[in-house]
Amino acid sequence: MSAATTSFARRGVLGRLSALAAARETGIFLALVLVLVVTTAKSPSFLFSADGFRDLLLTPSTLVLIAVGQAIVIITRNVDLSVGSIIGLTAYLTGVLFKYNPGLPIPVVMLLAVLFGAGLGLVNGVLVSVAKVPSLVITLGTLYAYRGINVVWTGSNRINASDMPRDFLAIGTAKLWVLPVITLIAVVVLVIAALVLRSSRSGRELYAIGSDPDAAHLYGLKVGRRVLWAFVASGTLAGLAGVLYTARYGTVDSQAGYGLELQAVGAAVIGGVAIFGGSGSVGGAALGAVLLLTINRALPVLGIPDFWQGAVVGVLIIAAIILDRLLALRQARKLTVMEDSAA
Amino acid sequence: MPDDIPPAAPATGSTPSAGAPSGAAASTAPAAPSAPAALELRDISKAFGQVIALRSGTLRLESGSIHALIGENGAGKSTLVKIIAGLYQRDAGEFLLGGESVDFRSTAESKAAGIAVIYQEPTLFPDLSVTENIFMGRQPLKGLRRIDRAAMREQALGLFQRLGVRIHPDRPARGLSIADQQIIEIAKAISLDARVLVMDEPTAALSGVEVDRLFAVARALRDEGRALLFISHRFDEVFALCDTVTVMRDGAYIATQPIAETDTAKLVRQMVGRDVAELFPKQEAVIGDELLRVEGLTSPLFADVDLSVRSGEIVGLAGLVGAGRSEVVRAVFGVDRYDSGTVTVEGRALAPHDPTAAMRAGLALVPEDRRAQGLVLGTTVARNLTMAIRSKLTKAGILTRAAENQAARVWASRLEVKSSALDAEVGTFSGGNQQKVVLAKWLATNPKVLIVDEPTRGIDVGTKSEVHRLLSELAGQGLGILMISSELPEVLGMADRVIVMREGRVTAELSRADANPESVMSAATGAGAAA
Repeated sequence: MSAATTSFARRGVLGRLSALAAARETGIFLALVLVLVVTTAKSPSFLFSADGFRDLLLTPSTLVLIAVGQAIVIITRNVDLSVGSIIGLTAYLTGVLFKYNPGLPIPVVMLLAVLFGAGLGLVNGVLVSVAKVPSLVITLGTLYAYRGINVVWTGSNRINASDMPRDFLAIGTAKLWVLPVITLIAVVVLVIAALVLRSSRSGRELYAIGSDPDAAHLYGLKVGRRVLWAFVASGTLAGLAGVLYTARYGTVDSQAGYGLELQAVGAAVIGGVAIFGGSGSVGGAALGAVLLLTINRALPVLGIPDFWQGAVVGVLIIAAIILDRLLALRQARKLTVMEDSAA
Repeated sequence: MPDDIPPAAPATGSTPSAGAPSGAAASTAPAAPSAPAALELRDISKAFGQVIALRSGTLRLESGSIHALIGENGAGKSTLVKIIAGLYQRDAGEFLLGGESVDFRSTAESKAAGIAVIYQEPTLFPDLSVTENIFMGRQPLKGLRRIDRAAMREQALGLFQRLGVRIHPDRPARGLSIADQQIIEIAKAISLDARVLVMDEPTAALSGVEVDRLFAVARALRDEGRALLFISHRFDEVFALCDTVTVMRDGAYIATQPIAETDTAKLVRQMVGRDVAELFPKQEAVIGDELLRVEGLTSPLFADVDLSVRSGEIVGLAGLVGAGRSEVVRAVFGVDRYDSGTVTVEGRALAPHDPTAAMRAGLALVPEDRRAQGLVLGTTVARNLTMAIRSKLTKAGILTRAAENQAARVWASRLEVKSSALDAEVGTFSGGNQQKVVLAKWLATNPKVLIVDEPTRGIDVGTKSEVHRLLSELAGQGLGILMISSELPEVLGMADRVIVMREGRVTAELSRADANPESVMSAATGAGAAA
């Protein structure tokens, strides 16, 4: 028996298993490559031009940030629908701070806006974990509440590029070698989040909580506190996205970030984050975000009318969910075969 | 109704007399040895609002010993376990661990103190690997506080090897058999180096081979000097595995004794020996023609079930929780499928898996969980009362509130549902009144056979007797009643005939004269030879 038990080699079976787990990320990546190849074949400037290459990396960067935050929340079997509105508020705050306090150093303004986003996330987290109301309802509420505050605060005002320091706006276009700075920020955030979720005890607890909240409670995990921090993380990343939005576009009105929350949820689902929590990765969600926006840019190039874009995104989401289901079934069958043959 | 408990052989001096206060039983507690017990509970009590779940929980677990805890359903075993686990906090009493008083506010605290609890339903995280399930929150770390996956996997393999099982360390917990899930729970407990291991009915869903494997593991843990608490309904297992046994009844400690100094008859007697005078005997009714007949009903959950109900008769369906009684009546009523067998109502065969046909034929089923299955809590009394007869009240596809209220008023008055306004929401009612609304809802369909599943669970004593009186009256009017109940006094007091099930099979059919606590419990627990 003992000899048989240790025969579960790390390579071989494990290798195949991890390959299967990775299949989702690789699948998304291949889909992305396919879109790029087809579109570039039709119109080489889609990739092989300074603008094309920049857009490929820059366009999805904001969405990557909030998709990472969204993935963290969804993994705990919650959802954060307020991120679009948080972007709106933090973007406007950034502009207002620059406009009315010209003396404030740029990093201080950025930090304040990100902290403001964290605070808005904290409100979500407290309401969800203390009031024990489903997050779908809470964040649907704060989606409208935050946006409402934004509209009252902004009115018909608009922050323009001329209101903000040139050095701040430069962040939106700056490059390090060929890589846009905003993209680099998104990548750094992604790597940190991936490390925490994969290799820290608290990160793994997020998966446990999402996999079975009741069992997590019985097990003695601090469910409320972890969920609260997941919402703070999502709010913080939305705050960062709001700051970068302002730097990149240079104008902010009361509608900044409108509707981005559903794109973030879509990106996470396409990227293999299970909507009922417990599985998925931030890397997948980030790839999902890139794929989503790249397809959106590719469709006009391929001559597909604008109004088909929504439908394509919908098909993508549904296809992603069906794929998940099939993969889960295949994995279950494989495991059974494996243990039977080993027995 | 036998008011006296027939003495079960062999009578012993250490058993308290029936109905004696629990304190009288303390004489059988083992004399305190010099070393402190691994875990000791003294006179623990716990109430939930008005309901007293635990009156005087007393338990003493020694290191290097397997201790059994037995008692009827509702004896307070699960409450005791949850207090040990830190899930509930005691109201009064002492809780000592290794001789020191402890106060657990959460399961995390009891775990940190070296107590591992394996619940009836294993609580694993289905999406995570079995290895992660074992080490969640305590994963081995390497530099930068990162989880050392390789080390964790090695440790998991080591645990599986020690337990003599082959489970792939990387497979997700989803899809594991119950037996393997329990092995994971035990691996968890071992990796915690738990001094006290509590297993709440671990064998309920296991096959013979799996039980043997579990017992081998339990004995190995005992021999390492750990204290084990084993809760089970199966006497053969208690005798095969345990060193000491504690009996509980009605939330109170009854007796603790070395397993060698007791036998099943004595244990059954300690479990059921209660004052049965509080019952509400059924009124005499003329027993008429056979209304319901079930023959050879078989599904994966039960096998070869035969039963019949006559007009005016109350048939009690007794057994322990999990014996398959609810599953049988659900199949009879057509909610669940069955593989073979027949159900006939008044001589006419009933189509399987068709509740509408069952209702038309005159069956009514009042389910066990009235909150989840019997009532729509957010709506009014009137709407709930008329739910099962909506199609009758509907005219040209339109159901008017007036028609609903009119029909509801008739039933509310007949059952004395205390509701001045039929517009009140059912969710605001007491358990007893809710149960009456459910009963009324089904009686409005004018059934010939009424099947009730645990009709008085969670109802206070006063309302309980009203429900009993109501059922009795209905039988008097010629209804046939099939009543599932886990409460012995209720079964013995109400039923004209008692059918006992154990592990999916009918193990006894007793006439009112033959049914007594010993005969029913023996058939329910499989302690056949003792009765």
